[in-house]
Amino acid sequence: MIAQQSIDARRVPEAEERRVIGMPGAARASSVSVRDLRLAYGALTVLDRLSLDIAEGEFIVLLGPSGCGKSTLLNCVAGLLEITDGQIWIKGRNVTWEEPKDRGIGMVFQSYALYPQMTVRGNLAFGLRNAGLPKAEIETRIARAAEILQIEPLLERKPAALSGGQRQRVAIGRALVRDVDVFLFDEPLSNLDAKLRSELRVEIKRLHQQLRNTMIYVTHDQIEALTLADRIAVMRGGIIQQLADPKTIYNRPANLFVAGFIGSPAMTFLKGRIAERGGASFFEAGGAAIALDGYQGEVPPAGREVILGVRPEHVSVGAEGAPATVDIDEPMGSDSLLWLTFGGQSLSARAPAEHGFGRGEKVGLGFDISKASLFDPRSEQRL
Amino acid sequence: MSADGPPGRLFKNISAKIASIPMILTAVVVFLGGTLWTVIYSFTDSKLLPRLNFVGLAQYERLWSTPRWIVSIENLAIYGILSLIFSFVIGFLLAALLDQQIRFENTFRTIFLYPFALSFIVTGLVWQWILNPDFGLQHIIRGLGWENFTFNPLYDARLVMFGIVLAGLWQGTGLIMCLMLAGLRGIDEDIWKAARVEGIPTWKTYLFIVIPMMRPVFVTTLVIVMAGIVKLYDLVVAMTAGGPGTASEVPAKYVYEFMFRAQNLGQGFAASTMMLLSVAVVVIPWAYLEFGGKRRG
Amino acid sequence: MANPDMLATTLAATDVMGRAEPRGARPRKTLSRRNVMLYGVLIVVALYYLLPLYVMLVTSLKGMPEIRLGGIFAPPMEITFEPWVKAWSEACTGLNCDGLSRGFWNSVRITIPSVALSIAIASINGYALANWRFKGANTFFAILIFGAFVPYQVMLYPIVILLREIGLYGTLTGLVIVHTIFGMPILTLLFRNYFASVPEELFKAARVDGAGFWGIYFKIMLPMSLPIFVVAIILQVTGIWNDFLFGVVYTKPDTYPMTVQLNNIVNSVTGVKEYNVNMAATIITGLVPLTIYFISGKLFVRGIAAGAVKG
Repeated sequence: MIAQQSIDARRVPEAEERRVIGMPGAARASSVSVRDLRLAYGALTVLDRLSLDIAEGEFIVLLGPSGCGKSTLLNCVAGLLEITDGQIWIKGRNVTWEEPKDRGIGMVFQSYALYPQMTVRGNLAFGLRNAGLPKAEIETRIARAAEILQIEPLLERKPAALSGGQRQRVAIGRALVRDVDVFLFDEPLSNLDAKLRSELRVEIKRLHQQLRNTMIYVTHDQIEALTLADRIAVMRGGIIQQLADPKTIYNRPANLFVAGFIGSPAMTFLKGRIAERGGASFFEAGGAAIALDGYQGEVPPAGREVILGVRPEHVSVGAEGAPATVDIDEPMGSDSLLWLTFGGQSLSARAPAEHGFGRGEKVGLGFDISKASLFDPRSEQRL
Repeated sequence: MSADGPPGRLFKNISAKIASIPMILTAVVVFLGGTLWTVIYSFTDSKLLPRLNFVGLAQYERLWSTPRWIVSIENLAIYGILSLIFSFVIGFLLAALLDQQIRFENTFRTIFLYPFALSFIVTGLVWQWILNPDFGLQHIIRGLGWENFTFNPLYDARLVMFGIVLAGLWQGTGLIMCLMLAGLRGIDEDIWKAARVEGIPTWKTYLFIVIPMMRPVFVTTLVIVMAGIVKLYDLVVAMTAGGPGTASEVPAKYVYEFMFRAQNLGQGFAASTMMLLSVAVVVIPWAYLEFGGKRRG
Repeated sequence: MANPDMLATTLAATDVMGRAEPRGARPRKTLSRRNVMLYGVLIVVALYYLLPLYVMLVTSLKGMPEIRLGGIFAPPMEITFEPWVKAWSEACTGLNCDGLSRGFWNSVRITIPSVALSIAIASINGYALANWRFKGANTFFAILIFGAFVPYQVMLYPIVILLREIGLYGTLTGLVIVHTIFGMPILTLLFRNYFASVPEELFKAARVDGAGFWGIYFKIMLPMSLPIFVVAIILQVTGIWNDFLFGVVYTKPDTYPMTVQLNNIVNSVTGVKEYNVNMAATIITGLVPLTIYFISGKLFVRGIAAGAVKG
């Protein structure tokens, strides 16, 4: 084993607006720090030199499609996977080679992973008994967790007699009683139906506001990520693509992947080039042009090929503006999603539901360019 | 344990390693070591006690010039081929019959499988009694009027293996039936629906659709049954003790006789190595096909 | 034919046994020609399968004079339990004349510790292989499975030497070790596949909760796997009770298991053949596995199906 000196060269810059919680002195202390983490199985590298610093009390979401390494990263932090190289620090302690139980973490799993033969009380007590805590202390902690999660009436039941939502509450409780600094959630809501999912989502958020623990939360559901996170780490192929607060991720995605992954309905990408007329920059595609003033970022020089990414809700549909033709009108309840042809390319936009559009109808489009993004077609990075 | 460096490789999962010591010893010392030991000593002239005096292939030359061994091999071939064919055909037919949504399926299955729970010794002794020429089947049928009816396999050198096959089938066909039935149940129900929609008769569906789909089941069953056939021993001992004469000798019995009775260890080792070889011929290609392609963690 | 010990090594698609609905053509409710044929064939075959059991039973309940009159299929005119008594306590093996009882108790003394030890070791092996996967574990497992296919004859003599070295050759303890060794491949496979089917997150949760190798085994895995233990017990009791070869090779006449004793009684060349006693002895020997079979029912079938070679 080569002693890995942590030269935080590739360390991700700290987020601009970080919530400062807890004691003033501990404000800038990082709670969990992953340094140059590498995980490889033979020739297959799953995580490559990954660094991530998480502040005390921060709620961080690891978001990405399946197979992106997000759960793997979480398992490494938990100590359930042995890493190939790098270090993991929790609360200022190098825990790289410590057992999961000694790391000061609690973990909640997708399948709940409740011990089927034990009652809810037994499930909550199991870890505490293993740690050799006195009986009275165990009872106190169980009572407190049960109260917070409102599972007191369930304590004597077996997991098989609980509903999915109740099981996940118990699973959270099992992490809660451990009285740990860091909570790890591995897709905890994926096995629940849509309604329960949104209920428990709120509950987890409330729990975080109440406890102010550091939480690392893995999900592939962008709604969960956007609603829960202080910061989101969007991952693909074992690499963090962007680490930022939800607003930044949504409005200023770092690259095409993040832009396409976040947002539903998805962002539209238009291929075109930059043009300059009378000192103002335009995006031109198939004869249509969009003015670029107000763009949050540097507009490249004229002639350069770019991709313009614009979200449906940032396109307004009316009588005036850049001309486009309606292809399909998809009513979605509160509003409609319009599929349009604009400059020879397909584009989607949101429009008020009450206004019905017919196929082939000519409309005018307005673009909120301050929330659009320009990408380099080759590097796929935002400009 | 230092927090700054990884703990020693050896101590990782140390409990799991300690707990696996019996398995490791069994695998390495008994299975691997024992097999190698026997193969090596089959090239020696060990008699009463094993000794490392190598004589090349002499034991094998002697083995293949011993009529008793040749008979053993022939008998095993007869037993193997007959019991394979009949147990597969009967086992599959029974499974197909039980798969017709019949009533009392469990009762029938219980009846067809119960002999499998019995010892080969018990099976052998029952059939020895049923085939007894003076009281058994032959006697009964003669009593019914066919005075010249002769069915006396256990005392007829030409027929003795058929008698043993009969008993072996009685004991083992239920297992094949069970495996086949499981295979049939494993086939997607939509296949049947599709066949019925297209108006394909049931027997054709079995022959041209279901059986080809059950290929893996057949192959695995075949390997298991063949590995069992090579071990044929108890049944012969109980039914005929190898007789009449040496007419129902089988390799496993030959090995036992030479190792523990005739005090000619070298012959026993050579014969058992030949048995190993015959199993390897069947199992290695199968294992290669089954496990070779895909990597398993 | 396959040996009982090959019981567990079976097919891929087999766990459906006993829960899937029967398929095939829909049966007509009436007494159609097809149904008459179907049930006719099944009943004839069932009678063929039951015949030996019936013959065993009726022969064992007849007196010798009646047997000499002929008709092995005829029900006894006069039921006598004397052959059973004789088989149990007086039948001669050529060496002694204290019947099957000695073999029965030997078999009990062999089977109970063998079943316990082999299942204890194999379940721990399966658990270590499924959940802990230390380096090289799969190599040892592969060798172990290879051992399931090697003819026993190849390993008979080396084990004689090993047992002699540790002074256990010819003892019941020695035979218990032999049964543990030869039961290990199938049982380990059985348990490994079972534990591998337990959700991995459960294992992870227990590790986060601070349970170690033994803690997880005893407190989490064991209580969850009672069914598979029952299957393993059925498998081992019948397999070990029915064993003949190891009994012959590794024990001495006064520690012979029941099967060896039975064979010696029936096939002993001395004295007049008492077929009724022989059949009584045979049926008594078969009684233990038969009882287990009929009681366990579907679990026995599951034993056949459970150890699928799919991994």
